[in-house]
Amino acid sequence: MVPHGNMRKWIVPTGLNNNSFMMENELKVPTVAELLAKGETPDILFWVGCAGSFDERAQKITRDICRILQHVGLKYAILGTEESCTGDPAKRSGNEFLFQMQAMMNIEVLNGYEIKKIVTACPHCFNTLKNEYPSLGGNYEVIHHTQLIQNLIDEGKLKPADNNVFKGKKITYHDPCYLGRANEVYEAPRKVLESLDAQLIELKRCKSNGLCCGAGGGQMFKEPEPGVKDINIERIEEVIDAQPQVVAAACPFCMTMLKDGVKIKEKEAEIEVLDIAEITARANQL
Amino acid sequence: MIGQLIFAVCFALALFLFSKNAQQIYRNIKLGKPADRSDRSAERWKMMFLVAFGQKKMFKRIFPAVLHLFVYLGFVIINIEMLEIIIDGLLGTHRIFSFLGSFYNFLIGAFEWLALGVLVSCIIFLIRRNIAKVARLNSVELKHWPKTDANIILITEILLMSAFLLMNASDLKLQLYGFEHFKSVGSFPVSHYLLPYLPTSTETLFLIERFCWWFHILGVLAFLNYLPYSKHLHIILAFPNTYFSNLNAKGKLSNMPAVTNEVKAMLDPSFTPPPADANARFGAKDVQDLTWKSLLDAYTCTECGRCTSSCPANITGKLLSPRKIMMDTRDRLTEVGTNIKTNGSFQDDGKSLIDTYISREELWACTSCNACVEQCPVNINPLDIIVELRRFAVMEESQAPASINNMFGNIENNGAPWKYAQMDRANWTQQQ
Repeated sequence: MVPHGNMRKWIVPTGLNNNSFMMENELKVPTVAELLAKGETPDILFWVGCAGSFDERAQKITRDICRILQHVGLKYAILGTEESCTGDPAKRSGNEFLFQMQAMMNIEVLNGYEIKKIVTACPHCFNTLKNEYPSLGGNYEVIHHTQLIQNLIDEGKLKPADNNVFKGKKITYHDPCYLGRANEVYEAPRKVLESLDAQLIELKRCKSNGLCCGAGGGQMFKEPEPGVKDINIERIEEVIDAQPQVVAAACPFCMTMLKDGVKIKEKEAEIEVLDIAEITARANQL
Repeated sequence: MIGQLIFAVCFALALFLFSKNAQQIYRNIKLGKPADRSDRSAERWKMMFLVAFGQKKMFKRIFPAVLHLFVYLGFVIINIEMLEIIIDGLLGTHRIFSFLGSFYNFLIGAFEWLALGVLVSCIIFLIRRNIAKVARLNSVELKHWPKTDANIILITEILLMSAFLLMNASDLKLQLYGFEHFKSVGSFPVSHYLLPYLPTSTETLFLIERFCWWFHILGVLAFLNYLPYSKHLHIILAFPNTYFSNLNAKGKLSNMPAVTNEVKAMLDPSFTPPPADANARFGAKDVQDLTWKSLLDAYTCTECGRCTSSCPANITGKLLSPRKIMMDTRDRLTEVGTNIKTNGSFQDDGKSLIDTYISREELWACTSCNACVEQCPVNINPLDIIVELRRFAVMEESQAPASINNMFGNIENNGAPWKYAQMDRANWTQQQ
């Protein structure tokens, strides 16, 4: 279990009945099929992605996104066991057959449920669903969770607590290639961080000049080619130079690479790697 | 009269030779596969205006951008002076535009400052390459010819600008002496500093002026014909290349229609795919398998190496260099073009872009992060070529690294790149 997850339940705001708070914060994740059985359809589909489904670290981010969705009262659902890899790693590795097989099967499921709007936790899923599914018959409004969170903050539905744990902390942000350069989403994650009243610092290579974590294009699933150092080490050295207390990520692959980098450099005590969703959930005490 | 004739012959010959070489390059680019870039023309003009004409992306690195701007402005604006030189050469006149009066003086003065800017910038560029040894200008793929090519270009520009200034200086001195038809025209804010160093004999001055005039114009014509053999071709191709830029999100890769048909046929037995081209390959083995835009990219590359210096694989010592991908594509394309020209049609030479030029190790080092694409000042896309070569390796040869094949297997069997069962996909919902 997640220690801070339990901790959170202990912090009971005055005026709230302990039981009702527990109920409110209990995570209930509906599938589209379950909603359909009740004659309902979700307003937005949460596309969890493979990392978010299976990777232990990424699962925490997944649950925090659900907490946020639940907290603001969005009617959302996941595909559950009907979700399958978007095909991104296959496509980037040159296996167009496998990509299109995955894409067409997913599109069949999504269109079958008449999905209109999708939020993803992973920039790779985001990019593929948004840019590469339309010409295969999958047309959806696709947003990344950092964009959704920014919108919710703008609408006043999310508001970091005045005394949130990030207040005054030095936070930096690592741009995921598939959110940043690939789709030019640079501002949404930064706006979310700005709402924390924290001290934001930029890395030397940021935004369109951002340095890859080393996991894209299928690299996540193979050993790196011979070289003098691993890409995530190059990146984490830059992070360490910036001396942040928190490095914010917005991609499960980047999360793995940054987390490993911090560990190898034995900086776990000084630098915490957190996803924008986790930061939001903590700041809003969800 | 003889002078006019010689000039006319040189001028016509230079244009003829250049058009021959330009046609060859055009034919080579047309060897590529189709890609539709005829849409959204307003956006395309804007892109060309900002990126090529306006040098927008150069300014990601300020210092070389400013120096390059001097050389670029020099090139573009001094071409107005070229017009006068050509007319003078053909008609045997001297400074035919001088009737413009004070505007002419302004022009000549501006050209002089620009010429000085080009001269100084090129000297600094030479220092950066050969003495300061800036890393991206001294990497492995720039040994031998590319290094010589770069130095030839810089030295030629220095010589041409020196001849231009020296021509003006001797012209001015002849004007001051009231020599023959050297009317007092033009303003010479830079070259008048050279006056004390010039001889006093009007005959020698006249010789210097004529020599510089001929050296400059013949140099320019020769340089024009050097372009097709050189990375310097970017001064022309940067414009069409930015016009035909990819206007979609950088993350969007093409969906191969041939594959779509096969996959549709697999999933739906009632679907009859249109007959496929039997000779067509999946992905690219050689340059003819790439799109014409990738081939135009290759000819447009001026080997500045901004891509390579921002490539995460290259930065961490891997073999991959996006610049080398472009240089290899261009070199192979030139080779294939010559092969076709010699033999009438392409004869197998036992070579291919993959393996002979670009190794598997380079291909598999790419993280598809688009840093190279983002950095290129003329919107070249090395990633497109890398993906096409990977497609060939995977779909035609089944040659991917073992761990990549495992990942494919996992996606096929479990719907995830890792070895987890599809049925366990929502297990995370059971935890708080």
